[in-house]
Amino acid sequence: MEEQTMAPEKGLMTPFNMIASVIVVAGIIITILRFTKGLGAVTNLSDNSPWGIWIGFDLMVGVALAAGGYVTSSACYLFGMKRYHAAVRPAILTGFLGYFFVVIALLYDLGRPWRLPYPFLMGWGTTSLLFEVAFCVALYLTVLFLEFSPAALEWLGLKKARNLAYKLTILLTIFGVVLSTLHQSSLGALFLAAPSKLHPLWYTPYLPVYFFVSSVIAGLSMVIFEGSISHKALHHRMGKEYLDNHDGLTLGFAKAASMVLAGYFTIKWVGVAAAGHWSLLTTNYGLWFLVEMFGFIALPSVLYAVGVREKKYGVIKIASVIAVLGIIVNRLNVSLICFNWHLPSSERYFPSWMEIVISVFMVTLIVLAFRFIANRMPIFDTHPDYRDNH
Amino acid sequence: MSLSRRSFLFGLGAAGTGLAAGKKASAATGKEFKGYPDSYGVLHDISRCVGCRECEKACNSVNDLPAPEQPFTDKSVLDEKRRTAKDTFTVVNRFEPKGKKPHFAKIQCNHCQEPACASVCFVRAFKKSPEGPVLYNPDICVGCRYCMVACPFDVPAYEYDKAFTPRVRKCNLCAPRLAEGKLPGCVEACPKEALVFGKREELLAIAKERIRKHPNRYVNHVYGEKEMGGTSWLYLSDVPFDEVGMRTDLVSTPAPALTAGALGVVPMVVGLWPVFLTGMYGMTKRREKVAAQEQKAAVTVAVQETEAKAAAELETRLAKADADKKKALEKAEKEKEAAIAKALEEAAAEKAPSEEDEATTGDEPANGEDK
Repeated sequence: MEEQTMAPEKGLMTPFNMIASVIVVAGIIITILRFTKGLGAVTNLSDNSPWGIWIGFDLMVGVALAAGGYVTSSACYLFGMKRYHAAVRPAILTGFLGYFFVVIALLYDLGRPWRLPYPFLMGWGTTSLLFEVAFCVALYLTVLFLEFSPAALEWLGLKKARNLAYKLTILLTIFGVVLSTLHQSSLGALFLAAPSKLHPLWYTPYLPVYFFVSSVIAGLSMVIFEGSISHKALHHRMGKEYLDNHDGLTLGFAKAASMVLAGYFTIKWVGVAAAGHWSLLTTNYGLWFLVEMFGFIALPSVLYAVGVREKKYGVIKIASVIAVLGIIVNRLNVSLICFNWHLPSSERYFPSWMEIVISVFMVTLIVLAFRFIANRMPIFDTHPDYRDNH
Repeated sequence: MSLSRRSFLFGLGAAGTGLAAGKKASAATGKEFKGYPDSYGVLHDISRCVGCRECEKACNSVNDLPAPEQPFTDKSVLDEKRRTAKDTFTVVNRFEPKGKKPHFAKIQCNHCQEPACASVCFVRAFKKSPEGPVLYNPDICVGCRYCMVACPFDVPAYEYDKAFTPRVRKCNLCAPRLAEGKLPGCVEACPKEALVFGKREELLAIAKERIRKHPNRYVNHVYGEKEMGGTSWLYLSDVPFDEVGMRTDLVSTPAPALTAGALGVVPMVVGLWPVFLTGMYGMTKRREKVAAQEQKAAVTVAVQETEAKAAAELETRLAKADADKKKALEKAEKEKEAAIAKALEEAAAEKAPSEEDEATTGDEPANGEDK
C-alpha cells in the first residue's frame, strides 16, 4: 500500500510534470508582475473591456465546471442514487479545488484584491447580483470544505471530528444545492444589467435560468470526463466500490446529461422566440449562435443518448468533452465574444499571452492539487476504517 | 441618499432594486422612482457645439488632471473617435453626417437618475446624490469593474496602470464646485452656450421649448429624458442621434429594474429550495425504507417457504430412512439368522476346534463389563 501511494512521486520527470513545472514558473513570474506593476502591465483589459478571460474563463467557466460537486452529492444523497456514492468524493474535491482557485483567480483580477471582504464589511451592495455571487461563493466554498473534510480527517486519523463532519452530510448537501442554484444563475444574471452590450441572441431575461441549467450539464459532463481521465492516471488509488460502479455511474450521468441538454436546447429556443429574434439567425452572430446550439448542445445530447443505448463508453466520453467545450463556449460568448459586439473590432478585447498563461497556471494548479490529494487521501477509495459507514 | 438596503438571506428579503433611500423605488413595491425633483443637470445642444475643446481644457484643469500629450488647441485629435479615460473625464468628438456640415458632440458621465453603476456595485461605492451628481468613493472600491461593464454609455474608466491604488475615474458633475455655488467647469468654459446648467426639470422644459420653436432644426427627441430611465444630462440635436455617436437602442428601463427579477427570485429559492430538497430526501428515505421492509417481508416469506419445504423434505426423507432402516434391519436380521444358521452348521461340522473359539467369543463381553 505504502509503495503504491508513493509510486507517482517516483518518476518526477514525466512529460506532464515537466510541462507543469514550466507553467508554474511562468505563472509565478507573471504573478509577481501583476501584483507589482498592476493590471495594465500584464493584461489587455481596457476601459471598454473591463472583464477579460480571468473573469470570462477563470470565474465564469471555472464556477460552471465545478458544478460536479453539488450535482453528484445531490444525486447520491437527496435523489437516492446511492450507487453513485463512490463518485461523490472525487466530485466534491474537484468542486472545492475549482471554487478555491476561482477565488484565487479573482484576486488577480480585482484592482485591490485585499479588499475582497469589503462587500461584507463596508457596504452591503445588495442591489448587485455580484454581491449575491460573492456571498454565495464564499458560503459555498465553506460548504465544500466541510463536505470534503471527512476525507481529510480520515487521512489524519481524527475519527471523532470525521464522524461529526460526516453527520452534516445531508444538511450540507441541501445548503450546497441552494447556494449553487443561486450563484450559478446569478453569474448569468450579472449580464442582465447590460442589455445594450450583449448581443440580443444571448441577452435574454432567461439568462439566469440558462446558466443554472447548463451548470447541471457542466457538472454531469465534468464528472464523466474527469472520471475517464482519473481512471487512467489514478487507477492505483481506486477502490473496488469506485471501479465496480464506474461504468454504471457513467451510464447514469450520461443519460441525465442527454436529457438536460435536450431541455436546455428547448429553453434556449424559447429565449429566441420570446424576443422574436429569428431574423438575427442569418447574421454572422446568428451562425455562431447556431454553432453553439447544434454543435455544442444538440450534438452532445444525441451522442450521450447513443452512447447510453449502445453502451459505448467511448462515445459517451466524446460527448462529455463536447458538452464541456460547449459550456466554455457559452460562458465566453456571454462574457467576452458576444459582449461589446457593437464595437468595431479594433476596440474589442483579445487576451494577452500573459493573461492566458495565468489562466493555464490556475488550471495546472488545480490538476496538481487534485493529484496530490487523491494520491494521499481516501478519495477514490473508502478508508478501511469506515467501509460499512455509508 | 444611498442604495436601499434590501438584503437577502437573513430575513430582510425582497428584491433589491430601489435606488433612492427615503423614496424607495422597487419593483416589489409597485412604485416608481421619478428622480430627485430639484436635481441639477446640463443640457447639451449638439447643434451649437463647434468642437473648440474649451470644455475639455476646463475639465482637465478643474479636476487637476495631467496635461494631455497634445494641447487642447490641437484639433487633429478630433480626427479619431475618443472616449472618456482615466485622465479625461470629457471628450468632444467630430462626426460628419452624410451631406451635412461636421457636427461635434461632447461625452461625459450622464449622471443617470437611477445609475447602472450604483445598482451593480457590490460595495455601494457609487451613489446618486439628490443634487444630481453620481459620486464615486474610491476608499471602499474593490476594483471589480462591474460598473464599467454595466454602464450603458461606456463612461467609467480604470487606472489599470496603478498596482496598489487603482481607481475608477469619471466626471462627478463638478460636485465640489456646485457646493461652492460655481458652475461645472465645462459649462463655464463653453463659449457657444452649447451647454446649459440648471435644474433638470427646467432644462427639460427649455429643450422642449427649443424643439417647439424650431421644429425644422431639431430632431424631435430629448436624449436623456427617458434613456435608461432618464439622465441628468440632456441632449438636443439637429441630426439623428446615432449620427453623432450616441446609442439610440437603449431601453427606457432604469438599470435596477433590469436585474430586479433575478434578485427577486433569490429569496424564493432560499425559501423553497430547501423544502423541495428535504422533500426529495424524505421521499428517497421513505422509498429505501419501504424497499427494505418489502425485502425483509420477502425474505421472511422465502425463509418460511424454504423452511416448510425443507421440513417436508426432511419428513419424507426421514420416513424413507425409517423404511430403509426397517428394511435394512430386516435384511440384517435375516442375514444374521442365515449367518448363525450357517455358522451353526459349520460348527456342527468342525466340532472340536470350534468349541474353543466359541467359548472365547462368549467371554469377551463379560470381560468388558468387569472393567
